[in-house]
Amino acid sequence: MLKGKVFKYGENVDTDAIIPARYLNVSEPSELARHCMEDIDLDFVKKVNMGDIIVATTNFGCGSSREHAPIAIKASGVSCVIAKSFARIFFRNAINIGLPVLECSEAVDNTNSGDILEVDLSNGKIKNLNNGKEFTAEAYPDFMGELISAGGLIEYTKKRLEKK
Amino acid sequence: MTLIEKILAAHSDKKILSPGQFINVRVDMVLSNDITAPIAIKEFKKIGVSKVFDPAKVVMVPDHFTPNKDIAAAEQAKMVREFALDQKINYFEIGKMGIEHVILPESGLVLPGDVVVGADSHTCTYGALGAFSTGMGSTDIAAAMATGDVWMKVPPTIKFSYHGKLGKWVGGKDLILYTIGDIGVDGALYSAMEFHGQAIDEMDMDGRFTMANMAIEAGGKAGIFKVDKKTLDYIKSIAKRDYTVYEPDADASYSKVIEYDVSKIEPQVACPHLPSNTKPVSKLSNVKIDQSVIGSCTNGRLDDLRLAAAIMKGKTVNPQVRCIVIPGSQKIYLEALKEGLIETFINAGAVVSTPTCGPCLGGHMGILAAGEKCISTTNRNFVGRMGHTKSEVYLANPAVAAASAIAGYIVSPEEVK
Ligand code: SF4
Repeated sequence: MLKGKVFKYGENVDTDAIIPARYLNVSEPSELARHCMEDIDLDFVKKVNMGDIIVATTNFGCGSSREHAPIAIKASGVSCVIAKSFARIFFRNAINIGLPVLECSEAVDNTNSGDILEVDLSNGKIKNLNNGKEFTAEAYPDFMGELISAGGLIEYTKKRLEKK
Repeated sequence: MTLIEKILAAHSDKKILSPGQFINVRVDMVLSNDITAPIAIKEFKKIGVSKVFDPAKVVMVPDHFTPNKDIAAAEQAKMVREFALDQKINYFEIGKMGIEHVILPESGLVLPGDVVVGADSHTCTYGALGAFSTGMGSTDIAAAMATGDVWMKVPPTIKFSYHGKLGKWVGGKDLILYTIGDIGVDGALYSAMEFHGQAIDEMDMDGRFTMANMAIEAGGKAGIFKVDKKTLDYIKSIAKRDYTVYEPDADASYSKVIEYDVSKIEPQVACPHLPSNTKPVSKLSNVKIDQSVIGSCTNGRLDDLRLAAAIMKGKTVNPQVRCIVIPGSQKIYLEALKEGLIETFINAGAVVSTPTCGPCLGGHMGILAAGEKCISTTNRNFVGRMGHTKSEVYLANPAVAAASAIAGYIVSPEEVK
């Protein structure tokens, strides 16, 4: 069960906002985390605590294919991202590296910055402890479930190659 | 089936495909660059294989922060170079390099009917050649380098038809900006975009590359064109292997059909801070600029430079403006030199850079200070994209960027001719 404080953002949070290109001359997760969300929320890095949750409206993670974006979010301590919709490449990258991402419009509409959410990844249940409301995120397609339970794409690929 | 479904089916073990299906797809080319390859290489090593699945089908291009802009970038480029040489994959060193999405087509590494995956979102550019190409992250690319295939969800396809004739100074950049302005930055989310119509048939390859390139700016998974005589002429002298031309079925099923009359479209400008924030250039008045950038994987090809030079010939860049021209590849640079375009730019007071992504992503070679405005032929104008978070980027075609460099504020090419 995940539990954390919410940082809420609007629509089209792009990958340049999540991790600006000027920091992409390194790829160490801890270095990237130091600049996470910097261009839209300068204080994010100072305020974020282990387990906190990012909530956003539509098209979260649009723009470049940089995996540095979900890596920066994960390394900053964020336990999961909940949005109404995600940009395609960001969604894939997050699943591949093991950053949980959930689509749930109702949860987004009924959550404010600073609220505390509880998330059960096993069944997609989200509970807002501030207003007591409960929501259920979109279920992952079977294939993605397999990928997640294998521990991400690298572990999944290892197993696939071993079988061959 | 749509064009994309045809290509994906031919690269999977399925005969018929429909949107939403999860499939494994064999890939013909796997791409990464100096920013995304270092992570891909680290992840590749974790998989525990020693060799890539096929060195001829893997390519790495250092283009974002090269020629190395600082020590950290040099370390990343070094890691890429060592891996590439050790694995004997396709690799473009300084001197041969250019922007990945310009040099892959131009060197014949991507051909019609191919499936290409790249750790760069603008990998979708090769749809201009009738290939299915799409951007992914570094971990996906690591797995693809190991196995030669990737998992994919078959996207629904939206059909776009552009009827009528293009007006003067209106090209592929304007059509795609207009389209993104119409459908929004997530208007094609998870979908493939298939481009049709008279305006497309009459458009040259460079314009088609520009359009396919920006499919991602509408959230698209791919943007694709049918192969025609222009495509075949383009690849004639550079194709060194077999390729297959696929056609969409006449009864293909599209999730949406969107039609435009292009004769009514004038040059478009995407205002800060989203590519969908478009306006006809005539609606912008008194937007004073500090910089004009002509280049990138969107508009750094020969036709783009010709267009900009035609405007700048015999004119002088406004003394308040820094005009930066960046040919997309060494080949284009050389050709532009032979045609006298480079001389035109320099005589006009522009600076010409070696091929690089440079300012497009705020990397180097033209970073903006707080409060500065830039007109650019690139593809993104997000907050901070080209430098300071308080700077602004306006996206336009090369003619508008060149004309604006001369005027000192954003204008239609008509006004300086
Ligand atoms: S030119 Fe710009 S958009 Fe194209 S690959 Fe380089 S950084 Fe990306």
